[in-house]
Amino acid sequence: MDWLRAWMMPPQGSAFAKEIDFVYMSLFWLSVVLFLMIAIPSVYFPWRYRYKLGRVTPHQTHNTTLEVLWSVGPLILCIGIFFWGLNGWMKYAVAPGEAMEISVTAKQWLWQFEYPDQSRTINDIHVPVNKPVKFTMTSEDVLHDFYVPDMRVKHDIIPGRYTQIWFTPTVLGEHSFTCAEYCGKDHSGMKGKLTVDTDADFAKWMETGGTEWEDYFNGKDPKKTPADWGKITYERVGCNSCHTVDGTKSKGPSWKGVYGSMVPLNNGTSVLADENYIRESMMNPQAKIVQGYDPIMPTFQGLLKPNQVNGLVAYIESLK
Amino acid sequence: MEPVLTSGARIGDRPRPRKNYLNETKGIWSWMTTVDHKRIGIMYLVATLTAFLLGGIFALLVRLTLLTPQHKLFGLQVTAETYNRFFTLHGAIMVFLFIIPSIPGSLTNFVLPLMLGAKDVAFPRLNLASFYLWIVGAVMAVASMIIGAVDTGWTFYTPYSTTTSGTVTLMTAAVFVLGFSSIFTGLNFIATVHKLRAPGMGWFDMPLFVWGMYSTAVIQVLATPVLGITLVLLMLERVFQIGIFDSRIGGDPVLFQHFFWFYSHPAVYIMILPGMAIISELIPTFSRKTIFGYRAIAYSSVSLALLSFIVWGHHMFVAGQSQLATVVFSALTFLVAIPSGVKVFNWLTTMYKGNISLETPMLYAISFLMLFAIGGLTGIFLGTLSTDIHLTDTYFVVAHFHYVMMGSTVTAFIGGLHYWWPKMTGRMPSEKWGRVAAVLWFIGFNATFLPQFILGSRGMPRRYYNYLDQFQPLHAFSTVGSWIIGLSLFTTAAYLLASLRKPADAPDNPWGGTTMEWQTSSPPITHNFEDTPVLEHEPYDYRPRTVAH
Repeated sequence: MDWLRAWMMPPQGSAFAKEIDFVYMSLFWLSVVLFLMIAIPSVYFPWRYRYKLGRVTPHQTHNTTLEVLWSVGPLILCIGIFFWGLNGWMKYAVAPGEAMEISVTAKQWLWQFEYPDQSRTINDIHVPVNKPVKFTMTSEDVLHDFYVPDMRVKHDIIPGRYTQIWFTPTVLGEHSFTCAEYCGKDHSGMKGKLTVDTDADFAKWMETGGTEWEDYFNGKDPKKTPADWGKITYERVGCNSCHTVDGTKSKGPSWKGVYGSMVPLNNGTSVLADENYIRESMMNPQAKIVQGYDPIMPTFQGLLKPNQVNGLVAYIESLK
Repeated sequence: MEPVLTSGARIGDRPRPRKNYLNETKGIWSWMTTVDHKRIGIMYLVATLTAFLLGGIFALLVRLTLLTPQHKLFGLQVTAETYNRFFTLHGAIMVFLFIIPSIPGSLTNFVLPLMLGAKDVAFPRLNLASFYLWIVGAVMAVASMIIGAVDTGWTFYTPYSTTTSGTVTLMTAAVFVLGFSSIFTGLNFIATVHKLRAPGMGWFDMPLFVWGMYSTAVIQVLATPVLGITLVLLMLERVFQIGIFDSRIGGDPVLFQHFFWFYSHPAVYIMILPGMAIISELIPTFSRKTIFGYRAIAYSSVSLALLSFIVWGHHMFVAGQSQLATVVFSALTFLVAIPSGVKVFNWLTTMYKGNISLETPMLYAISFLMLFAIGGLTGIFLGTLSTDIHLTDTYFVVAHFHYVMMGSTVTAFIGGLHYWWPKMTGRMPSEKWGRVAAVLWFIGFNATFLPQFILGSRGMPRRYYNYLDQFQPLHAFSTVGSWIIGLSLFTTAAYLLASLRKPADAPDNPWGGTTMEWQTSSPPITHNFEDTPVLEHEPYDYRPRTVAH
């Protein structure tokens, strides 16, 4: 009967999926039996006791034994099913302590994921196989719901709160995830791809901070240049909270026109803003302080992946 | 014993009175100012069926949009925004303008006083006021569609509903007004049942339809104010940004869901209990056998009404309520299965050794038994915590509640409409076309909604404009089913209206019913009965002495 399960349910991607499917299929067959218990008499009686002129029907008003039987019987059945469901749900409700934690920020209409090393991705997650992974989720606008059908997990995402979900992926390859709480126009387009990797593949993927960036460096798409990747990084990493790109002054100097210019420093000297200077400003920002600004920038050593640094440099270069 | 014929006058029928409630006074003004429960019932029937037509058109548009992943509608491209409005309006109209007011406002208004042997409801003017409130609410709802748009879903979840553009405020105000219409109707029925029963009629001599509608009325009165308050808060939040539901200004979106379902779960029983109430009449009448387990069915209506207040959290298992609450709500939810099962088993046992004929109303009653069975049994999948995680917010839920709301309640409503149509209009509808439409309804309904269970369990979320190509065959199947439903309903509308064109032909008691509404003429006189009827036997007493004349 596995074909029936395979027809009614998505592929099984987690240990949890196997358990839920077993409960589901058991309830399915129980329902079929109970349905027949109702459907057969409701068809058979009208035929067996079809209208005949002059037939006198018995005056049976009630039968207490029957009433008790068909109250208590279903009650016992229901108590059993309740505890069975509770048993599965307890596993879903509490994530194991060793689970890798991924932060999820949902917004109309995309998913943002942040890994423990603070690398981020959009609509794309990679997780290692057979290791529990926990998602701590919040929303920037309205309600959303993180639903991974193959893993049989789902939970609402609420602005101003954190909710959690976890699973242990067991099947390598791609699985889809999607938004299951109505969130407006592109609700049905708010989906992404979850890739379950071997440990080695996952480690490689982590080192480079995702694969999204590759599209911006392979030159296949003229709309995706390294500078575009830099612009995305500028927003994602939060450079934009101190640096403008339109020349206005903020907590830090604006990036507009800075590349190739002579930058005046607070020790009276000045420096050519070339690629080396820009890299140094990210990794060791206290080394040279621009005149008129406070030395408040934190180091991004270790937080920025090489592709992000390259992107940012290209982006600053493009801001003539 | 005189055989109970299925049509034609029975021996002993009185001659038809010349004056009845339809022709005693004439003119549109006599209808607009009437306080006769029967006329108000007819006006409610016309009004709610108009809403049903409108909601049904939106349903067909939703299904047509989903026919193919390209979303073409008669060659026009349907955008996601348009689709979101379609399903919002379908849901809001069907719930607030049709299912909640239809059976109480139309059929119950008409037959409940007759069943009790009363001249009218307890507060006839309040009854008319309730109808006009419905009209005001309906006009506001339609206005909100014409001047703007609502795309929140019928549940108005915050903070989307407090931040989206469109005429959400007007739509929620409409629902607020409709809520008062519902409260007034409920109040009226409670007072009527308490005070206007015929001499000799004790609580356990009332027809089970009255028990079902009494239970419904209790919920209408107790739960609807919560919806009113919630919607007022929602409107204040939208207009004045007071910070109750929107977390950005200090509110809590989950609180809205608690408030909303505290009404809207009981509201599910405002919708289904009237359906069950009708079935409790149809089955003994067409089985010509006394109802089995009268008290069990009566008590199960009351216990469903009470249970309906303590299970709202099962809409929120994955919505962020406390985990303890989730477990408790799951346990309580399973209790609902017991009285529901009790009813079904008692109905089936009533049919056992009956003398069953399959006129149109009985075909709908049998359809009800099967569709309600599917609706109820799939509820177990959703009440079970572990499977609900996967199934909630998918088409599985959509299919489940359509089996209960439409497959059960609307099926019972159509059955009840055929059952009381001769009493209301004095005309017998076409039996042949009635049976054709009933069979089409059953086929069309299952064709539409059975595939949606599979869509849901395979992971298709609800309220989705775009879907994966793999789901297309099932969506297409479902859409074709919706056309069969439409065909069935248009057939029904056609032959029911056609029956009005012929001269009055309905006998007082065409089906051989034993409750008091069959003791008066068809259609009844304005004051219902020539003399105050006195209870002579318990309802559903089919022993020969009551059938013979």
